[in-house]
Amino acid sequence: MSHSLVTMAYIVAIILFILSLSGLSNQESSRRGNYFGMLGMAIAIIATALSASVTAYSILIVAVLIGGSIGARAAFKVAMTQMPELVAIMHSLVGLAAVLVGYANFMDQSAASTLAGSEKIIHEIEIYAGILIGAITCSGSVIAFCKLSEKISGKPLLLPARHWLNLCLLIATIVLGFTYLNQIDNGQGTLSFLYLDGGGALPLVIMTLIALLFGIHMVMAIGGADMPVVVSMLNSYSGWAAAATGFMLNNDLLIVTGALVGSSGAILSYIMCHAMNRNFISVIAGGFGSGTTGEAAVVEGEVQAINADDTAKLLLSAKNIVIIPGYGMAVAQAQHTVNDITKLLRSKGKKVRFAIHPVAGRMPGHMNVLLAEAKVPYDIVFEMDEINEDFPNVDVSIVIGANDIVNPSALDDPNSPIAGMPVIECWKGETTIVLKRSMASGYAGVGNPLFVLENSRMLFGDANASMQAVLKALRD
Amino acid sequence: MKIGIPKEIYPGEKRVATTPEAAEQLIKLGFSVSIESEAGLAANIPDEAYQAVGVEVIANRNDLWQQSDIILKVRAPMHRPAMDINEYELLPENGYLISFIWPAQNEFTMKRLVAKNATVLAMDCIPRISRAQKMDALSSMANIIGYRAIVEASQYFKRFFTGQITAAGKIPPAKVLVIGAGVAGLAAIGAAKSMGAIVRAFDTRPEVKEQIESMDAEFLMLDFKEDGSGTGGYAKTMSPEFIAAEMALFAEQAKEVDIIVTTALIPGKPAPKLITEDMVASMKPGSVIVDLAAEQGGNCELTEQNKQVVKHDVTIIGFTDLPSRLANQSSQLYATNLRHLLTELCPKKDGLLNINMDDEVIRGATVIKEGKVTWPAPAPTISAKPVAKKPEAIIKKPDQPEQSTSSIIIKQLITALTCGLVLFGVGAFAPESFMAHFTVFVLACFVGYQVIWNVTPALHTPLMSVTNAISGIIVIGAILQVSATTGIVSILAGLAILIASINIAGGFLVTRRMLDMFRK
Repeated sequence: MSHSLVTMAYIVAIILFILSLSGLSNQESSRRGNYFGMLGMAIAIIATALSASVTAYSILIVAVLIGGSIGARAAFKVAMTQMPELVAIMHSLVGLAAVLVGYANFMDQSAASTLAGSEKIIHEIEIYAGILIGAITCSGSVIAFCKLSEKISGKPLLLPARHWLNLCLLIATIVLGFTYLNQIDNGQGTLSFLYLDGGGALPLVIMTLIALLFGIHMVMAIGGADMPVVVSMLNSYSGWAAAATGFMLNNDLLIVTGALVGSSGAILSYIMCHAMNRNFISVIAGGFGSGTTGEAAVVEGEVQAINADDTAKLLLSAKNIVIIPGYGMAVAQAQHTVNDITKLLRSKGKKVRFAIHPVAGRMPGHMNVLLAEAKVPYDIVFEMDEINEDFPNVDVSIVIGANDIVNPSALDDPNSPIAGMPVIECWKGETTIVLKRSMASGYAGVGNPLFVLENSRMLFGDANASMQAVLKALRD
Repeated sequence: MKIGIPKEIYPGEKRVATTPEAAEQLIKLGFSVSIESEAGLAANIPDEAYQAVGVEVIANRNDLWQQSDIILKVRAPMHRPAMDINEYELLPENGYLISFIWPAQNEFTMKRLVAKNATVLAMDCIPRISRAQKMDALSSMANIIGYRAIVEASQYFKRFFTGQITAAGKIPPAKVLVIGAGVAGLAAIGAAKSMGAIVRAFDTRPEVKEQIESMDAEFLMLDFKEDGSGTGGYAKTMSPEFIAAEMALFAEQAKEVDIIVTTALIPGKPAPKLITEDMVASMKPGSVIVDLAAEQGGNCELTEQNKQVVKHDVTIIGFTDLPSRLANQSSQLYATNLRHLLTELCPKKDGLLNINMDDEVIRGATVIKEGKVTWPAPAPTISAKPVAKKPEAIIKKPDQPEQSTSSIIIKQLITALTCGLVLFGVGAFAPESFMAHFTVFVLACFVGYQVIWNVTPALHTPLMSVTNAISGIIVIGAILQVSATTGIVSILAGLAILIASINIAGGFLVTRRMLDMFRK
């Protein structure tokens, strides 16, 4: 294929990618959008493979087949509750690929030898930056994966002087960058035993290690409930890593696609931060509640428990019901039971809706996917802003495994660690039933005055078991 | 231990201290329960219903009293010569008794119980704190009384409650005045309101204004600064000036309203006289007064206890048996209150009573312990005031102190300058080939920004997985390098292809799987 023809194929692929993303603006066009994406990817890969510079088809085909089958298997096996983990681990793969491509480019002397002067310096900076971003994405995503799958604790790891540590790592990276550029010219710092013959290999390897360490440290310091931000941030990084690789290889397709993905992740991070009323820097810096002063009000009062039979009676006497799911629903895998209850109540002519907080769950849109999996029709699933004003008309709201996102102290207690965060105002309804395993506080460690309000009732126990008991009581 | 429930002997008392549902729970706590034959009959609960849940029915009153360790009653024990029953004598030595006692008014009863060396818990002495709400029989009975007060009033009030405009003319709605917005008062407000009347309410405690208004009734303000809140959710006695102002208000209202419901009580004292004979005389003919304080002497001067009288063409109702007029449901609520108290008293569920005097609720309720008077208990510390602060005011974001406009402008200027410098630096040093790519990059960022904002939040997870797949485009970079001359480069590139392929296949397929689930 001629160079121009390849470029033309890339342009088609770019257009298809943009159509793919814009297809996600609503559920009807989203499926078509996904096919556009697949088509774009196929065109891009085939065009590249047919281009003049590619000859090693055996490696290419074997690698694509093995990788493709692993990916397909993962896609069909994964449970919907594990989506955050899958997404996180896939981010780490993009990061790893960027690192590998960067190293391959660094070692491929033939590519660099044609460049000179500032072009060469820029090329080297691109390699350096590409590996840096790729390495941070890779190790950060691995830690995010471990946290999400609870292989390691979701609690933030707060090292003393962690901000200084980060600063030191940053300075070290910049200093190493200059060393790297110097040594490139002089041919110093080779690591021939690692087949790294080019100058500057030593600083490059050290920087990679530092970047990996930085990625680990950054995500370790962020707690479980901030995971939606982390996951979307890493999504953004994986895009920037692809864009950096594009600069390195002078490939516009990579640049454009990387920029699309990068800005998508950045916007998602922004939306998530906005939904928690925290700025991006403070989430990334880790920890919690450093911005508030004074003692948060202590929650006092007695909770009123309710059993499944009474819950069913309440639901049967209600007309307008809202269900507010949280991460606990995902943990208990209660979405199918919730859907059965929803269907039953709807068949009795009740208005049942779902209210989804933007940061409910562990990744953006997590709850929507779970409800969709359980076949809850998406036109009764509403965003927080769409439904919040309607709560005074709601007879019963059911909170399933959520805590901080329904915490009234976010609005009325300026000293609360989550003060100012927009929350679902379910307490304005007639009665709120809260499903909870026990009286522990939520992730933020904040007591929730909702539980002791006069119109709140607690239904203790595993969310799925409780919901099944309610379902049984409803059927009787 | 054995719980016994005798039949109530107070004239007109139709309630019973336990229901089959509550008895079932008591048996689960480890108690054995027996009941006097026909004890629940007046409340429409036959003996068979008790037997069905495992309650022993005992025909002989004396046997029941003698065999039981714990006696549950509604009314305080009494001596009724007409029926030849003396409950004081029937209570076994060292026995336990739980019922209404009213120790302040019933000194004689207290003495007789002390003589029996009994342990007595008074349902009327349970502290009115939120933890004890489920045991608060005063509240549950007051709720019934308030409702029934309006129903009784409607019997004697010969007009509509709700206003109507008909072809045959206009009917004005009835005006109801409720004095004292405690539980009974609020229940009366609710009942009157739901029948369509215009309801006004008065209370000396300003904090109940919100509650009254929440029931859509009008709170009558007294232009006088004095807070009538006493401890434990009751009102206290007010100053003479306040009372004068209050009486003037009532006198004025009496001329206007059709129905007055009075519920004013001060614990341990006779009910305050709020409605004078003059006020009654000034009311419209056919009006009704329901005096819910009749048992404590009445809020109206003309009230006669347990009677309905007509004076100055106004019907004055002084019934004290309102809960018995809804005997089944009031028994049900009272039995549940008792059951909750027994649950507290028997924390181990072993059927044994543990009178834990360190527990605020149990301490308050226990008026006699093993023959020693422990009443009155030290005053409860928490008033049942509603929380003054409501979670409505949205506060400012705490981590963003208000900045003056000038500092904002300076900040923006600095940002703009930095951006300008960076762009200048890049433009000054970068070669032309880089600038072409940079242009593409910046434009792509803007396209991405526009496109992503249109994505519906419900599809954020599919968005992440599809961008994940798309970022697998890095495979192109690897493909371009896989044919390099150096073996190690080929291997690295091959590895990168493999990894990126996982992404592409996994990302697109999982997205398809997810999107297929979104159905209407």
